Amino acid sequence: MQKQEPLLSVRELSVAFKMRGGVLTAVDGVSFDLDRSQRLGLVGESGAGKSVTGFAILNLVSRPGYIAGGHVFFEGRDLATFSEEEMRNIRGNRISMIFQDPMMTLNPVLTIGQQMVETLKAHRHISKHEAEKIALNKLQKVAIPSPEKRLTQYPHEFSGGMRQRIVIAIALLTSPSLIIADEPTTALDVTIQADIMELLLNLCEEEKMALLLITHDLAVVSQVAERIAVMYAGRIAELGSTEAIVNAPQHPYTQGLLKALPQKVERRKRLNQIPGSMPSLQERPPGCAFYDRCELRGEICHRESPRLVEKNAGLVACHMVKDTTGKEEK
Amino acid sequence: MSDFIEIKNLVKRFDISGGLLEEIRFKGGIHRKKTVVHALNGVSFGIKKGETVSVVGESGCGKSTLARCVIRIYRPESGEVFYNGKRVDNLSSAAIKPWRAKMQMVFQDPYASLNPRMTVYQTLLEPIRFHFRDVSRSEADDRVAAVMKQVGVDPDWRKRYPHEFSGGQRQRISLARALAVKPEFIIADEPIAALDVSIQAQILNLFMDLQAEQGLTYLFISHDLSVVEHISNRVVVMYLGSLCEFAGTEQLYTAPKHPYTRALLSAIPQFGSEGFNHMRLPGDVPTPINLPSGCVFHGRCPHADERCRREIPAPITEADGRVVACHGVEEGRLEWL
Amino acid sequence: MKLFKKITASNLFYNFLRDPMAIGSATVLLFLLVASFGAPLFTSHNPYDQTTIDIMDAELPPIWTGAADADSRFLLGTDPQGRDMLSTMLYGMRVSVLIGAGAVVLQSLIGIIIGLIAGYKGGRLEALLMRLADVQLSFSTYMVAIFISAVFQGIFGMGVYSDYALGLLILVIGFAEWPQYARTVRASVMAEKNKEYVEAARVIGLPQRRIMFRHILPNTMTPVLVISTVQMANAIMSEAALSFIGLGMPPSQPSLGSLIKSGFDYIASGSWWISLFPGIALVVLILSINLLGDWLRDYLNPKLYKD
Ligand SMILES: Nc1ncnc2c1ncn2[C@@H]1O[C@H](COP(=O)(O)OP(=O)(O)OP(=O)(O)O)[C@@H](O)[C@H]1O
Ligand SMILES: Nc1ncnc2c1ncn2[C@@H]1O[C@H](COP(=O)(O)OP(=O)(O)OP(=O)(O)O)[C@@H](O)[C@H]1O
Ligand code: SF4
Ligand SMILES: [Mg+2]
Ligand SMILES: [Mg+2]
Repeated sequence: MQKQEPLLSVRELSVAFKMRGGVLTAVDGVSFDLDRSQRLGLVGESGAGKSVTGFAILNLVSRPGYIAGGHVFFEGRDLATFSEEEMRNIRGNRISMIFQDPMMTLNPVLTIGQQMVETLKAHRHISKHEAEKIALNKLQKVAIPSPEKRLTQYPHEFSGGMRQRIVIAIALLTSPSLIIADEPTTALDVTIQADIMELLLNLCEEEKMALLLITHDLAVVSQVAERIAVMYAGRIAELGSTEAIVNAPQHPYTQGLLKALPQKVERRKRLNQIPGSMPSLQERPPGCAFYDRCELRGEICHRESPRLVEKNAGLVACHMVKDTTGKEEK
Repeated sequence: MSDFIEIKNLVKRFDISGGLLEEIRFKGGIHRKKTVVHALNGVSFGIKKGETVSVVGESGCGKSTLARCVIRIYRPESGEVFYNGKRVDNLSSAAIKPWRAKMQMVFQDPYASLNPRMTVYQTLLEPIRFHFRDVSRSEADDRVAAVMKQVGVDPDWRKRYPHEFSGGQRQRISLARALAVKPEFIIADEPIAALDVSIQAQILNLFMDLQAEQGLTYLFISHDLSVVEHISNRVVVMYLGSLCEFAGTEQLYTAPKHPYTRALLSAIPQFGSEGFNHMRLPGDVPTPINLPSGCVFHGRCPHADERCRREIPAPITEADGRVVACHGVEEGRLEWL
Repeated sequence: MKLFKKITASNLFYNFLRDPMAIGSATVLLFLLVASFGAPLFTSHNPYDQTTIDIMDAELPPIWTGAADADSRFLLGTDPQGRDMLSTMLYGMRVSVLIGAGAVVLQSLIGIIIGLIAGYKGGRLEALLMRLADVQLSFSTYMVAIFISAVFQGIFGMGVYSDYALGLLILVIGFAEWPQYARTVRASVMAEKNKEYVEAARVIGLPQRRIMFRHILPNTMTPVLVISTVQMANAIMSEAALSFIGLGMPPSQPSLGSLIKSGFDYIASGSWWISLFPGIALVVLILSINLLGDWLRDYLNPKLYKD
């Protein structure tokens, strides 16, 4: 079967930060594929390297960080070979980014309309009038009431939820084929979070956009993404379909996370906790980074770092997970 | 059983007008106009001894303000707080000292809630020395070691500074500081919001263990509705500084009555459920500076009518103890839903 | 030993070692301080000791000028009173640094306490204290100093003035510049006092004074340290300026400023060295303090003070 080439293909991507006590490898050989109009969730502990992965895809890692290895292929082309000029044409045009804090994207001294027109004109040769028409259309898409009026308002005149909608509208302006959303609803309330997530989901389906959704909330991801990658200490611990991850998690960390959910035990009873905490990336242990906290650990885990391999219904990086389909290669 | 902690009609406003010049308005003659945030508009509820009452609600609805009024960081404009039948909100700073040891608080931000210039030992010793003047130095040391053990932090680390600990460990130390004075009642303002998912369960277990061991009473603030469902006996739902509903957890989660509670609970992210089926509320949360007339929720409520826009709904206690402040519920016109 | 280890292991020290500018200015500053405070050890003459001075030696040029009257005893020449320039300068620098340090200590004591109270208490008291600071700032240091020194000299005469000049200058410069500290401290107290660790201290019931001094104050010391360098340089400059107009240190215990002044009258007659060397010393001293301060500021707070 001839498989269509993926929209985004990340291969052995590593990102390091030069720090005082040596080099901190924040992202350590991460690989995944994202097909056209597919939604992938990236979840994991704080500091696991999710945001850095997102930035590295757009080649936006800034000092003291640097891309220490690997490749990012977008539509089959290696982004590392792109000039800064070509990269600008990718960023905010073919790939848009949405951040946790809408004010990272919005300029407080320009009206929404000015910012949208400016963004469009940076990437398209169109008149101001045409740009405004597109902007209006996108604002309608994100369900902003009376968009004509809103175009002339400043960011501070909007509530947090509205601002995030506007950021999404700006991300949509150039009809990108991929949106990278880094914790887009973490700063918002549950009711508004659900609205925004639903909006994002519907837009991706309507506009045939791919989505890389970065968050620490497994439940949110499971509602939006088709596949989930679980990161731990700079690596992907497990990658699989949402259904597989939610119903039959393989990696002990994913299992631990799901077991720790309050819904899993009777009310007012102790939760199933994972002991310990994620090791500092600066002192990465030689073996599996999850070793200290793991229930399944064996002797090999301490010595050897597990590689992400296909086992059962998904990819998992754990020595102790048995492949029952019988096709595990050794 | 009567209430251990009783909160009656708490009202708290913040004057944010700034200087005199900014207050002066020239509309129809010169007069001063104050900009006031109505953070709490008459909130009442009670907490029984040994129980956990949680407060949920949107950001800015006054949860932290409520906590700080109960623990007397803020002085409420009006209203009363009773501790075991004794009114404590009007005591002078000197007179309140004995109660300070009984009521403690744990904060949200594990990075800001410990003094960066004090070692763990200094942080934990200070409250003990202050509240128990007759404790000898070595007894106090033992007490520090004991509370550190209780919260699962190795007492050998007492000479370390906060920056040498992870977020979860710091939150444990904050809890140890609260426990050091042997309190009976602990207010926890979003104690797990800033922690990793895999650490949250550890801290929640710690809270539950301590409650089981020492019979602590908790006022627990969180925006994580699944966590609240798990740990609380009763839940207060707030919106824009007002109490919407107060009921037993089971009651509230299985059959929410107030329209806002219904919307809120329907928005809990559901594991593995594909897509969304939450109640979509129109409009935005209004600012607490210009409170809406009548029911504070009427602008977003699908059941609002003329009376809702005019008249503030009073909290009504139903036969089963549930408190709801909603005209629609009172009139019975929401029952068919 | 433990302290030494702690310092060498600190980020500050690490950053310091990686900044040539910081190392350079610190070395120069250290050299100047050692030379001036160890002046009795390094110098051939004691300028305060009248018996070693011979008026016949007045205004001798530096030895390398090759002038006929250059004297090998006086490397940098002599001043109008026949004192060795090098010795006098080192002693003078000591006076300048002492006044600067004394004034900064005084400024910071007053400023920190007022800033702490204003920031923590807020309300009317804060408004009052900060207006007071504005008023104080609106009189320039020189105005205050000129006024007080002139009055003092007028009332008690030059003789008494000479005896108390050092202390008086410290007081005057110290009083004139406390608002800088008060403002800085107040700003950082306002930021600190809403942090949760302060609320925790209040929940414990600690008295206000303990919260202010034990909890908040240590956390506001970073910006205080930063402005202290600037203030130190400013205080030394103020002293030099006052001495230059004759309201500072008397010629019998010259500071760098009064040395420059005493030489100024002779520049026209070709004795340039009397003003030049103390001038260079002053500039180098101020520059090294300021550069060190800049580095410290950048290190401690990369964002806050830019612009
Ligand atoms: N500018 C930087 N300088 C130094 N280290 C950095 C920098 N940015 C990130 N890191 C390090 O990289 C690691 C991964 O960070 P990243 O922001 O990707 O985490 P994350 O998974 O997005 O976490 P969170 O959920 O908290 O956003 C962390 O250990 C962090 O300390
Ligand atoms: N010290 C203060 N000065 C002025 N306004 C304040 C102050 N503290 C709180 N407020 C205002 O009072 C209202 C209630 O705030 P509060 O912090 O109690 O909300 P919250 O429910 O705890 O929100 P969050 O979930 O974001 O913590 C908000 O509108 C807030 O802006
Ligand atoms: S009182 Fe009226 S507006 Fe308020 S929640 Fe009930 S029905 Fe809705
Ligand atoms: Mg991140
Ligand atoms: Mg709060």
